[in-house]
Amino acid sequence: MNIHEYQAKRLLHSYGAPIAGGVAIYSAEQAEEWAKKMPGPLYVVKSQIHAGGRGKGKFKELGEEAAGGVRLARSVEEVVQHVKDMLGNTLVTKQTGPEGKQVNRLYIEDGADIERELYLSILIDRTVGRPAFVVSTEGGMDIEAVAEETPEKIFTLPIDPLKGMTDADSRKINRALKLTKEAAKDGLELFPILYKAFTEKDMSLLEVNPLIVMKDGRLRVLDAKVSFDGNALFRHEDIMALRDLSEEDDKEIEASKHDLAYVALDGNIGCMVNGAGLAMATMDIIKQYGEEPANFLDVGGGATTEKVTAAFKIITADPKVKGILVNIFGGIMKCDVIAEGVVQAVKDVGLKVPLVVRLEGTNVEKGKQIINDSDVDVIAADDLDDAAQKIVKAIKG
Amino acid sequence: MSILIDKNTKILVQGLTGKTGTFHTEQALAYFGTKMVAGIHPKKGGETWTAGEGAGEAAGTELPIFASVAEAKKATKANASVIYVPPAGAGAAIIEAIDAKIPLIICITEGIPVMDMVEVKAKLDKSKSRLIGPNCPGVMTPDECKIGIMPGNIFKKGSVGILSRSGTLTYEAVFQTTNEGLGQSTAVGIGGDPVKGTEFIDMLDLFLDDPETESIIMIGEIGGSAEEEACEWLQEQAKKGRSKPMVGFIAGRTAPPGRTMGHAGAVISGGKGGAEDKIKAMEAAGIRVSPSPAKLGETLVSVLKG
Repeated sequence: MNIHEYQAKRLLHSYGAPIAGGVAIYSAEQAEEWAKKMPGPLYVVKSQIHAGGRGKGKFKELGEEAAGGVRLARSVEEVVQHVKDMLGNTLVTKQTGPEGKQVNRLYIEDGADIERELYLSILIDRTVGRPAFVVSTEGGMDIEAVAEETPEKIFTLPIDPLKGMTDADSRKINRALKLTKEAAKDGLELFPILYKAFTEKDMSLLEVNPLIVMKDGRLRVLDAKVSFDGNALFRHEDIMALRDLSEEDDKEIEASKHDLAYVALDGNIGCMVNGAGLAMATMDIIKQYGEEPANFLDVGGGATTEKVTAAFKIITADPKVKGILVNIFGGIMKCDVIAEGVVQAVKDVGLKVPLVVRLEGTNVEKGKQIINDSDVDVIAADDLDDAAQKIVKAIKG
Repeated sequence: MSILIDKNTKILVQGLTGKTGTFHTEQALAYFGTKMVAGIHPKKGGETWTAGEGAGEAAGTELPIFASVAEAKKATKANASVIYVPPAGAGAAIIEAIDAKIPLIICITEGIPVMDMVEVKAKLDKSKSRLIGPNCPGVMTPDECKIGIMPGNIFKKGSVGILSRSGTLTYEAVFQTTNEGLGQSTAVGIGGDPVKGTEFIDMLDLFLDDPETESIIMIGEIGGSAEEEACEWLQEQAKKGRSKPMVGFIAGRTAPPGRTMGHAGAVISGGKGGAEDKIKAMEAAGIRVSPSPAKLGETLVSVLKG
C-alpha cells in the first residue's frame, strides 16, 4: 500500500525526522488561508499523487508549455495562482502512464536553501533477507539511471535485524554521503530514526529523494515516498487510515474485498487462474499467441464458489474484455468448485464474450460434468497451450 | 533415495487443529501412510486429534497434541515440522521450531509479514535447521512422504527432481513428467515470498548429489535475483564436472514493472528482477528453457534424447 508524500513526511516527523513546515490542502481558499500563516518568502506547491516524476510531469489540460507538478512560489498570491492552476487537473508523469492521475490534493511547504541533494532509501535486500540502506551522493535524480550509469556511486548497507542499527552503521552512511560537521551529527540521529520507522511500521520501501544538506549545514527530508507491506497492515490501523482509494483501480479495490490477487492490465483477454505462478504463465502465453491479457487474477488455493463468482464478475465488468480464459490446475482447489462458480456467475451476470475453460487435477471429471450439464457456452481446452490458442482464435472471430 | 524427506521422516504439525491443518494432515496420512506423529497447540496440550474420513484407510488415526514443539520433539523423536499456523503467528511458530532444533521446517502459510521473516531468517542463519517456504506447497517424495498441500494423485515415483517458486507450476511439471512416464524423485516448492528459508542453490546441490535424480526441472518467476545466482552457481559446478540435464521455465515475462503479481516476491523493482535476464541466465547455464508451461515434460524428454 502506498501513501502520499505529506502523509509519509508526517509519519517520519512523528519519529523525529527533520522536515519542512507544510500543509495539505484541497481548495484554493484553504491554500490562501494556510499560506498566510507560513513564514515565506519561498513556498513549494507539490501535487499529491501516488507516482514519482511529479516535478517533470505535465498537466494534460495545461499543455506542454505550462510548469510541472511541483512549483516554487515567492508570495501567497503566487501560491494561490499555482493551486488554481493545478488542482483538479490531470498530471502525467513517467510513472502514471499516458492517462495520468487527477490531482485532488496539494502540499504547500516552506522552501529550503539547498546546498547538496542526496539519495537515501531503505528496502528489503532479498539476497541477504535484511533491511538495507541504499544511499548515493547523486540525489534528486532518477536512482535507476544512477545505478545504470554510475553504479560505483551507490552504497548499500544491510542491517543486522537482531542487533538493530548501530552507530557504526550510521557512520558508514555518513562517509558514503560525504557528510561532515553538523550534517554528520544530524545523520547519526536521522538514520536510526528512519530505520526504526521502517521496521516498526512494516514498510516495504522508504525513499528520501532528495535528502538535502541545507546552506546552514543541517539535514532535511525534502521528499519522502513510503510503501507498506500489505501482509502486515492488519497490525497497523493508523496506516490503513491513510489509504486513498481514489488512487487505486476500482476493479482492484473490489477484488481486494474478496481477498483476490488481481492486477488490472491493458489487454482484452480476461484471465482467471489458480496460483500466482500459473496466473503469470497464463498471461505470458496469451501474449505469445499474439494477444494481451486484461488482468492478472489468482483466485488462490482455497477459493469457494462465492469467491470464484466474484472473480468472474470483476472480469466481465471490464469493458475491455473481449474473451475470457479460465485456467485451473486443481490441487487443493477442486475443479468442481471452479465449475460451479463459473456456472453461477454466468447465471447472475450473463456472458457476452467467448469463454475458454481448461480444467486439470482434483475432481476434473466432476468439474467438466458440471459445465457440460449447464447451458453455459464454453469452449473446452486440454492444456494451457490449447486454451490460449482457442481464446485468441475466438476473439478474432 | 530422494532429497529432504522419505518414508522414515517423522513429522509434527504446527496448526494441526485448524481447518487447513486437519485437511492436509488427513491427506498426508492417506498418502502411503506419511508418518505424521503429533500436533502442536499451546492450549490443547494433552488432547488428542483424530483423523476423519479425509484420511481414507487411515481414518480414525489418533495423534497426540503437545503444548510446545520442544515437548513434542522429545516425546516423538520427530525430525520435521510442517506449519499451517495463520500469518500473524506463523513467524513465531517457525522460530519455536528453530529453537527446538527441528532439522527440517516446512512453512506453508501465505501472507507472513516480511519483517517477521527478516527476524526468522536471522535466527535461521545461526541455527542448523533448514526452512522450506513460507508461502510454498511443501515437499513430496512419491510413494513415501507428503508434507504440505501438493495433490498426491498426480505423482509417480521416478527420476526427475522438481524445484519451483510456484505451487501450481510445480503441479504442471509433476503432471507432465508423470504423463511422459519419467516420474519424480522429489518435488520441492521453495515458495513465493521475497524473504524465505531456502533458495534454489541449496536444493540444486541436493538434487545434484542424489543418485535417484537423473534430471531437474527448475521453475522461477520475476522478482529478485535467485535464479541468476543459481545459474552462476550451476556453471561453476559444471566446471567441476557436476551437472544433470535441466529444463527451466520463468513466469512473468509480461508482468508490468512495480506491480506485485500475487506472490509477495513476484515484483520487478528498480529495473531488476525481469524475466528476460533470468531466461538468459538459464540458457547460459545450459538449461533448456521451455517456451510454455504446457511443454515442460515434452521439453525434458527431448533434452534427455539428446
